[in-house]
Amino acid sequence: MEITEIYNKLKDKFGDSVKDLIISPPSDAFIAIASDKLFDICLELRDNPEFDFDYLMCISAVDFSENLEVVYHIYSMNKKHKVILKVSVPKENPVVPSIERIWRSADWHEREAYDLLGVVFEGHHNLIRILLPYDWEGHPLRKDYKEPETYHGMKVPY
Amino acid sequence: MGLLDRLDNPYEAGGIILGTIEDVLNWGRSRSDWYLHFGLACCAIEFMAMNASHFDFMRFGIIPRATPRQADFIMITGTVTLKMAERIKVLWEQMAEPKYCISVGSCANCGGPYWQYGYHVLKGVDRIIPVHVYVPGCPPRPEAMEEGMMKLQKLIDQQAIFRKRQRLAEEEALKEK
Ligand code: SF4
Repeated sequence: MEITEIYNKLKDKFGDSVKDLIISPPSDAFIAIASDKLFDICLELRDNPEFDFDYLMCISAVDFSENLEVVYHIYSMNKKHKVILKVSVPKENPVVPSIERIWRSADWHEREAYDLLGVVFEGHHNLIRILLPYDWEGHPLRKDYKEPETYHGMKVPY
Repeated sequence: MGLLDRLDNPYEAGGIILGTIEDVLNWGRSRSDWYLHFGLACCAIEFMAMNASHFDFMRFGIIPRATPRQADFIMITGTVTLKMAERIKVLWEQMAEPKYCISVGSCANCGGPYWQYGYHVLKGVDRIIPVHVYVPGCPPRPEAMEEGMMKLQKLIDQQAIFRKRQRLAEEEALKEK
């Protein structure tokens, strides 16, 4: 199924929560989505046999100064089609619904996005840091991050 | 300095080697070093080549150990993150004296490619434990690691065992002159 077809079907069902389809080659086309309906849209993508998306390939997060954007790459093993969803949330309150209950692979991806960019995934069963030590302060991949002077008595800058 | 070098000496050839007990002990120590390998990143992959048959690290008489308590030296190969640095320190403190450390690769020496933006990288393992030999490179070729091992053997060969304090004091006195 082409992404335009997926977009139209989702648009019919979810209305304004499905925002735009953005096609700008050479980048892959993606669908912008409102964060509140993300869970339902993902559930539809997985459970509707027409879509049959059974494989969440990757979750990434990007810092755009005012907003944080979360990107979902989803693939269907059976139908061999692919869709990219993007959710944009304000940096002051970066809350996105967790889709860990839909695709289990989201578990660690969401923890990583939380660890490095501070996106809060609501409904995740165990949202703790995955790479950095548990007592680390701040989210280092944010553009305004300042590295600490020392960590546990070890000097950090060169 | 090496004990066997003296066989090349015409005056000492003929199956007799004259040397001090210290030489003999140091010869034994430097030729049977057991090591703890602390592999952290890509340098540890290069170290695999070092261990395999082509370069055969074991011909130096060294054996990898799984516990710091049986190790004479520790090889730090790769990027030391702050999270790992604390573990390295614990392992180092668990090793029995005399102990040595070889730092392999730019990362372990000084932070390597992460020296500027590596918020999570310790810029040199010598900030937490003493390092005896530095092997530069990113990653170092196995030949460089061999060279590092030979440097460590030389270092052990020259160490004082008997009358250590007295000799160190004498050396200090010499330096002051
Ligand atoms: S020095 Fe280079 S090869 Fe070695 S761990 Fe660092 S980045 Fe990897």
